[in-house]
Amino acid sequence: MEGFEPKIVAFCCKWCSYAAADLAGTSRLKIKPNFVVIRTMCSSRVDPEFILQAFLNGADGVLVAGCHPGDCHYVNGNYKTLRRVMLLKKVLEQLGIDPRRLRLEWIAASESRKFVVTIRKFVDELKQLGPLRLEAGDDNGSNG
Amino acid sequence: MGKPKFAFYWCASCGGCEETVLDLNEKILEVVDKVDIVFWPVALDFKRKDIEVMKEGEIDVAFINGAIRTSEQEEMAKLLREKAKLVVAFGACAQLGGIPGLANFWVRSDIFDRIYKKVPTVANPEGVVPQQVVEMDGYKLTLPEFYDTVKTLDQTIPVDYYLPGCPPPPDLIMNAIETILKGELPEKGTVLAPDKALCDTCPRNETKPEKLSIKDIKRPHEVIIDPEKCFLAQGIICLGPVTRSGCGERCINANMPCRGCMGPTSEVRDQGAKAVSFIASILGVEDEEKLSEEEVQKLIDKIVDPAGTFYRFSLPASLLRRRRK
Ligand code: SF4
Ligand code: SF4
Ligand code: FES
Repeated sequence: MEGFEPKIVAFCCKWCSYAAADLAGTSRLKIKPNFVVIRTMCSSRVDPEFILQAFLNGADGVLVAGCHPGDCHYVNGNYKTLRRVMLLKKVLEQLGIDPRRLRLEWIAASESRKFVVTIRKFVDELKQLGPLRLEAGDDNGSNG
Repeated sequence: MGKPKFAFYWCASCGGCEETVLDLNEKILEVVDKVDIVFWPVALDFKRKDIEVMKEGEIDVAFINGAIRTSEQEEMAKLLREKAKLVVAFGACAQLGGIPGLANFWVRSDIFDRIYKKVPTVANPEGVVPQQVVEMDGYKLTLPEFYDTVKTLDQTIPVDYYLPGCPPPPDLIMNAIETILKGELPEKGTVLAPDKALCDTCPRNETKPEKLSIKDIKRPHEVIIDPEKCFLAQGIICLGPVTRSGCGERCINANMPCRGCMGPTSEVRDQGAKAVSFIASILGVEDEEKLSEEEVQKLIDKIVDPAGTFYRFSLPASLLRRRRK
């Protein structure tokens, strides 16, 4: 896909992954500009509805990032996140959306480099997958 | 002033919504006493042209059941909208897409292929499928267009009220009719049913443990179901937590888990996504620190057809509305 620049919505928990993204910025690490960050208190605050809404609003990929297992500020939120993302991936697949468009990563506050690499890898993968273009799906057009 | 005029119409539906009107039993006589039914194809011999000659707003209430799947249904919904002061989306299919809405996992060509060619009991050696226009002996025969995507009623015309359920329970129908007749109408867009989750009114709620944890998923046919105990506590998926109450716990009382036909409460936009959320949060929660990702995946893989389960009645009304091609 020539010239396609994917759009990523990155949900980052305040205590770890958002701090990592912030650190990447203050450390002046070079990072692909294809994402917008939405900060949540915990990765488990990311309701599957938010993810679907992000896709619907034009995201080609959604990243959910949280503290490493065992490190969640709210003790066990991220275990729920893991299961929600896994289950939602299955639902997405059934709905014809490549589950690789939804990505879960554990990124600690100090791991600014991991944040940078995660974004880079995700951008590369989404370039392979191409644009999502969800809008086309809800018409009644007779393209069957 | 004459009696208020009611119309009933069906689109993509099974006929159950028509039957539930009859389930009003003797109460239906009270209704018939108070209103004029000007259109009800399943029971009375009025035709489309009888509606076409009516003035705008001449019908007081049109109850439309069924999802919108063909061009004819769309035309009829638009016609009734023009002639009716109020339109009530009657039943899960009109409100959410319902069971016919599961067709949104496919496209028309898959469906025609299956129904007219591949079903084992079908003999169709020439592979004939319905066409919109066929010329025969100089005559042109037409059929309505069969759409690729099933829509809800409110994706087709503006809807004033919703009566949820598959089918809507008679007491809610009676309530709605009485409310309309008294002119005590709630805000437009209201779902005419309680706005609590089913678990709130479920007789098994007491047996639902404080901290639910599902160790293993069971399907109803795989186990002997305890008739007293909360389904989730038995490892059986029940959509009670994300479904509106008001059905009279019909399935629960028949020892079957809730499939979600009453739709979500007003606070939830996407019933299936909410189901993903709550099921995932209680799955294997007891040992969550100890489970490896592979073990979690195994547990999740035990949910057969998650999208079909969580969007059983609401795929067309969901955020994504259909499978993308
Ligand atoms: S989950 Fe189902 S069985 Fe359990 S309380 Fe809720 S509605 Fe009742
Ligand atoms: S229990 Fe659930 S599926 Fe059954 S009638 Fe009630 S809302 Fe519908
Ligand atoms: S606070 Fe970071 S995942 Fe819960």
